[in-house]
Amino acid sequence: MSKKFRFVVGFLFCLIGLIGCAKLFPKAPEDDETLDGPILGLSTEQLKIFLSGDALFSEVFTPEKGLGPLFISNSCKSCHAGDGKGHAFSTLIRFGQTNTLGNQFLNQGGPQLQHRAIPGFQPEQIPAGALFSKFIPPANTGLGFLEAVTDATILALADENDLNNDGISGRPNWITIPSYTKLRVNAIQQNSKYIGRFGKKASVYDLQQQTANAYNQDMGICSNFELVDTYSGQIVDPEVSNQTINDLVFYLQTLKAPIQREQNNPDVFIGKRVFIEIGCGKCHTPQLKTGPSTINVLSNKNIFPYTDLLLHDMGAEFDDGYTEGSANTNEWRTPPLWGLGLSKNAQGGQYFLMHDGRARSIEQAILLHKGEGEQVKNKYQGLTTSDKNKLIKFLESL
Amino acid sequence: MKKNITSFLSCFLILQVSAQINSNFLRREAKDTASIHLNMDATYNRPFLKSDKLPIALGGYAEANYQYIKEDGISEGHQFQMRRTTLFFSSSIANRFSFLSEIEFEDGTKEINIEFAALDFEISSLLNIRSGIVMNPIGAFNQNHDGPKWDFVDRPISATQLLPATFSNVGFGIYGKTGNKVWVYGYEFYLTNGLNNRIIENEESKTFLPAVKKDIDRFEESFNGSFLTTAKITAKKNNVGELGLSWMGGVYNKFQDDGFILDKKRRADVFAIDFNTKISKINTAITAEWAWVKVGVPETYTEQFGKNQQGGFIDFVKPIFRTKIFGVEKSIVNVVLRIEYVDWNKGKFKSINENIAEDVFSIVSGISWRPTSETVFRINYRYNWQKDILGNPTTKLGGIQIGVSTYF
Repeated sequence: MSKKFRFVVGFLFCLIGLIGCAKLFPKAPEDDETLDGPILGLSTEQLKIFLSGDALFSEVFTPEKGLGPLFISNSCKSCHAGDGKGHAFSTLIRFGQTNTLGNQFLNQGGPQLQHRAIPGFQPEQIPAGALFSKFIPPANTGLGFLEAVTDATILALADENDLNNDGISGRPNWITIPSYTKLRVNAIQQNSKYIGRFGKKASVYDLQQQTANAYNQDMGICSNFELVDTYSGQIVDPEVSNQTINDLVFYLQTLKAPIQREQNNPDVFIGKRVFIEIGCGKCHTPQLKTGPSTINVLSNKNIFPYTDLLLHDMGAEFDDGYTEGSANTNEWRTPPLWGLGLSKNAQGGQYFLMHDGRARSIEQAILLHKGEGEQVKNKYQGLTTSDKNKLIKFLESL
Repeated sequence: MKKNITSFLSCFLILQVSAQINSNFLRREAKDTASIHLNMDATYNRPFLKSDKLPIALGGYAEANYQYIKEDGISEGHQFQMRRTTLFFSSSIANRFSFLSEIEFEDGTKEINIEFAALDFEISSLLNIRSGIVMNPIGAFNQNHDGPKWDFVDRPISATQLLPATFSNVGFGIYGKTGNKVWVYGYEFYLTNGLNNRIIENEESKTFLPAVKKDIDRFEESFNGSFLTTAKITAKKNNVGELGLSWMGGVYNKFQDDGFILDKKRRADVFAIDFNTKISKINTAITAEWAWVKVGVPETYTEQFGKNQQGGFIDFVKPIFRTKIFGVEKSIVNVVLRIEYVDWNKGKFKSINENIAEDVFSIVSGISWRPTSETVFRINYRYNWQKDILGNPTTKLGGIQIGVSTYF
C-alpha cells in the first residue's frame, strides 16, 4: 500500500472519527441560559401544539399573506427575539386615552400607532392633540403561569387605599373584556369589569386577547377575534384561522418560566435578602401561586415572577398622559422581573428597561423609580456599594 | 408539461443506455483547450456527448450529498439530499448559429427550472448576439455554477442568499471577447425581464434578492415593464488570473398598473467583483467574489429590510496528491478552504444610531478527490456564526457534509 493511499484512508478514518465527536458541533445552550422552550411535563400531544405555535410565532407575514397595509412588525419573533423583551427598534406607540372614560381617538387610528406601511401606503401619524406612550415589547416567558394566577390572589395583594401605611397602594386594572373572552375559573367581576393582567397597563385579560390584538394591531392581520382592519376600519375576512390563534396562545401559555442562575452564589443570596429588606418585594412580589388551569402543568404551582400584577403610581416622570382601562396615566403594572438577567440576549446585548426602554441598566431602572417606588429607591441609594452590587447580581440571576 | 419532460427524459435515458451498448453511438466532444477561457465561456465549456446521427450534443451533471448539521445543539439528524440534476443540450443550427438549453431539477423535482435556453448568433468573436433565457452575468458564480467544477458541497452563501444563484431571465444581449496569447478581454451586456417586489416582500424578513426567483411569471412577462440591465467586463492575463467587474440593476417595484402611477420607481443595483488565479509557487487555486447590493427600500417600511448589503467568498484549493487511488490513474486529492461572509443589512438603527447586525461568517474546510476532472467527491466541515438583526448572541451552526458531483 503506497504512502499516499495510506494517507487518504487515514484521513477518511479520521473524518469518521470526527463525525462521532460531539465537540465538532455547536452545543446547545443550557436551559437556564435561554428564555424559550416548553414547560417540562407537557404531553406528546401538547408538545406538538407547542411546536406548531412555535412555528407560527416565527411566521413572517408579507403583503401577500395579509401584512398591513399598516403595521409595526411582520412577525411575532421580530419584536420578541428568543421570546425575550423587545428592542428600541421594535418600540410601539399607543395614544389617545387620557382618563378612565375611554379612548377619544379610536376613530383616528387609536389606540395603537402603526408607524410602518407596505409600499404604496402611508403610515399613521399621531393625531394632533393626542398624548402617547412608548412601549418596549415585553418578554413572553412564563406567561401561562401568570395567566393561571387567580383573580383572588391578585386582589389579595391589592391595597388601594394603603391601609397598611407602607406607602404602597397597588390596585388591579378593572377592564371591559372582549365578547369572545372565556372567563377563567372563579373570575371576579366588579361593575361588569374584570381584572386585567397583561400589558404595561394591565389592560389585557388573557393571552387570547393579547394574541388576537397583536396580530391585528402589530401586523395588520385580522382574525375572527379581531375582524376590523386597522387601515380601513372595515370588517374584513379573517387572514388567519382560529386554529392559528389557538395554537399560538397555547405556545405562549406553555413557554417555560425563566430558570434562575447562580442560586447558590452567596452574593446572589445576600442580594435577594437586600431586595426584600429594602422593600422591592412589596410590588415585585417574589412568589405567587397559580390556580386551576386546563393545562395540567400550569395548575397549582408556586412560581417566582417578582410581580404582583397590580397598578402602581410611578410618579410624574412616568406620567405620559396616556392610559388604558381604569388605570391612571401615572400608573403602571409591576413588570415581572423573572428573566431580567437574560433580557440583554434579546435586546442586542444591552438593556432597554422600564415601559419605554429609557433605562439602559438595571441600576438606572432602580434609580428611575418614583411615586410609590421612591422610598425604596431612596433605601437603595443608602446601601453600601457592596450591597448594591449584590442586589444587582441577584437581579441579573433572575 | 410534465409529460413532455418525461418524454424527453425517456429519450435521453434511452440514448445513454444505447451509448453504453455501443460506445460509437455517443462520443465525448473534445473540449476547447486551445484558447484562454473566461468565466463567460462556462455555459458552453462543458463536457458534451455527441452523436453523428443526432443534431444535438447532450450533457448534464448531478449533485448529491449527505450532511449532519447542528445549529445551537439542535440537529435535523442525518440527511441525504439530491441537490440537483441538470440536463443540457446544445446544437449548431447553422453556421454561426447555436442553441443551448439547460434544465435543472432541484431537490428531487421540488423545483424544475429552465436555467438557460438561448440562441447565439456569432457575427464575430467580438460581437455575438444572444437571445432567450440568459444567465445574468453578475459575479462569476452565477454563470459558472456547475457542481463538478467546485470542490465544496454547498454553493457559497453570498451566491445563494445574497445574490440569486443561477439567476436567469428572458431577454437578449451581446457579448464578445478578444485578445492574444497573453491577454484576453471580454464583455457582456444584456437587457432582460427580472426584478420584482419580492426583494422586500418575502418570508426571509430581510432584503433578499434570491426571492425574485419565486415569481413564476417572470419568464412570461416583466413584473413592472422595466429592463433589468446586466453588464460585465473581464480581463484575463495568462498565468496571472482573471478579473471581472459586473453590474446588474433595474427597477424592482410595481410603480404603475393599468396606466396609473402607484409608487415611485425603486431600484435594486448589484455591483460585483470576481477574481480567480492559480499561484504556481504554492500550487494553489484561488477563486474570490464580492458583491455589494443597494436597494431602494421605502422609508416607511421596516428597518429589517436593509438598503445596503454586501458579501462574498474566497476559495483556496490546493492539490496535495496526483496519483493512482482506488485504481484510478492520475486522480487528484485537494485540500480546500472557503471563507465567506454576508451582511444583509449594512446600516444603523435610526432609533439608537447603532449598527444593525444580520450577518453570517462561515468557514468551510475539507478535502476533495477528483478521479477525473469531471467528477468530484467532497468532504467538508462547515462552521457558521450568524447574528440576527439586533446582534443578539451568535447562532452557531456546524457540521459535516459529504457529497459527489459529476458530469455525465
